[in-house]
Amino acid sequence: MSELKLMKGNEALAEAAIRAGVDAYFGYPITPQSEVIEYLMYEQPEKRTGMVVLQAESEIAAINMVYGAASTGKRVLTSSSSPGISLKLEGISYIAGAELPAVIVNVVRGGPGLGTIQPSQADYFQSVKGGGHGDYKLYVLAPASVQEMADFVEDAFDIAFKYRAPVLILSDGLIGQMMEKVTLKPQKERMSNQELIEKYGSWAVTGKTNRQRNIITSLDLQSEKMEARVHRLMAKYAQMEKEDLRFEKIACDDAEYLIVAYGSSARIAQKTVELAREKGIKVGLLRPITLFPFPKKQLFELADQVKGILSVELNAGQMIEDVQIATQFKVPVEHFGRTGGIIHTPEEILEALEQKFIK
Amino acid sequence: MEIADIIKPENKVFCKTALMTDTPLSYCPGCGHGTAHNLTMEVIDELGIVEETIGVAPVGCSVLAYDFMNIDITQAAHGRAPAVATAIARCWPDKYVFTYQGDGDLAAIGTAETIHACNRGENIVIIFVNNGIYGMTGGQMAPTTLEGMISSTSPYGREISSMGSPIKMTELVANLPGVFYATRQSVHTHKHARKAKKAIQKAFENTRLKKGLSFIEIVSNCNSGWKMTPNEANIWMEEHMFSYFPLGDIKVDGKLK
Repeated sequence: MSELKLMKGNEALAEAAIRAGVDAYFGYPITPQSEVIEYLMYEQPEKRTGMVVLQAESEIAAINMVYGAASTGKRVLTSSSSPGISLKLEGISYIAGAELPAVIVNVVRGGPGLGTIQPSQADYFQSVKGGGHGDYKLYVLAPASVQEMADFVEDAFDIAFKYRAPVLILSDGLIGQMMEKVTLKPQKERMSNQELIEKYGSWAVTGKTNRQRNIITSLDLQSEKMEARVHRLMAKYAQMEKEDLRFEKIACDDAEYLIVAYGSSARIAQKTVELAREKGIKVGLLRPITLFPFPKKQLFELADQVKGILSVELNAGQMIEDVQIATQFKVPVEHFGRTGGIIHTPEEILEALEQKFIK
Repeated sequence: MEIADIIKPENKVFCKTALMTDTPLSYCPGCGHGTAHNLTMEVIDELGIVEETIGVAPVGCSVLAYDFMNIDITQAAHGRAPAVATAIARCWPDKYVFTYQGDGDLAAIGTAETIHACNRGENIVIIFVNNGIYGMTGGQMAPTTLEGMISSTSPYGREISSMGSPIKMTELVANLPGVFYATRQSVHTHKHARKAKKAIQKAFENTRLKKGLSFIEIVSNCNSGWKMTPNEANIWMEEHMFSYFPLGDIKVDGKLK
């Protein structure tokens, strides 16, 4: 049965994972995402659904546990925050290279270094440009509400298994920590081992029966084979761009100015759109829901319609580069965003927009 | 007499281990990895557990273990095999999960994963091949390189004052309650190989009984890295490695010897 609850973003994500029939979670505490593992440990999903939850000795161990469970075809999740994600990147690169399905959550805090525990969107580059070593990308979902923290868990697993590729849910300290009402989906049953072997037996390591042995590796010492692997990955990313791009357009039809923002910034900028329109300034908002794939075509088209585009991000200017590439410099593109854990207000964004394009 | 007259079951004295593939081993002639692989596969075959076995290969010389072991196998990032095996064993509690790792992988970069998998008492087998050197990358110093031993990154010999002492991993992990069985073996003679095989059998038996972690160190040679002939390397191993890394059981059935 669906249930309406008041929950923190991190808790909603954890509860949604149990209900989505996720098989395992491996994590390590870090602010501001520790509620994910705290909630799971408290809920004892082992008793509810048989889901395995383990606190690892480090983020590195946790992501390699994800690699291990994923290589057996299990639905496996991990979460962390920025410095912890940096540690996980080696493992994420292996997961991408070995073509395994897995879901990783980053509840972003400010950086670089130990930075701050306050919300930030400064991991944009790390998330959409690969992050770890080698030619790979992540499918990146950016939730803008507690509801989406819950809903994107299942969406992420669907994509991860569609492509046998790692998927990142790129949240931030604001969405992770804030409380909102959320509708939780009914409990889904976990896949049985028998069903798993039938479904993923062509690749998953579950014990060699009378089939050929299955091997999970990202290593190809023969250059031609390695190149073929890279091409295979690139084909997946091309297909993601074609079939699984997600975005939301708000008040774009008659917009003269456009804000591009994702996650918490998009949530704040929605109010900016209202404030601007009250003043008679026609502002629209394009919210990429997936950061990779990125709504390049939509931006390219909007660039012909608007007089200026403001990329609003809780960082020093990262997504702006993709907006500039997408719009081919047809229209002025500016950045606005606070850093250090300071959250910009709707009024600040409007002021920046007026200053950069109108005054 | 025709060949067909000779190839009869009653004349069979030896055959290729069923669970080894036909791929030629990539190891140097004289290296102990081939025997250690063979023994592990023999045990899995004899116990009849191949359908229930999942291996985890490391990074290092035995990174290609999956080319030679005809079983389902996952190749882990450098040092992380115990974490990978942890998750597999947790998600598939009735499977036999083992890691096969070298000294750089297990005792340097993967120390944390090793200690914590051992401490949690994961129901897995760790096979740890210690040849005191990084073989694959070209003979650099390992955490288990002996004092005074020359390697490409200790060209004047390992100096304890600046490089630390060779680490005794098996003794270290044997002290953790989660470790049920810890033993040190070698595979350089028939006698030693037979004993090592018994240890591997015992380890997989422990997994079946869900006793926790079994840790088998195999002290081995690296004639290429040590710059010796295979025979010289085995003699040097007996004379030098075994005095620092003494063979035998360290912990049996949860009790320290």
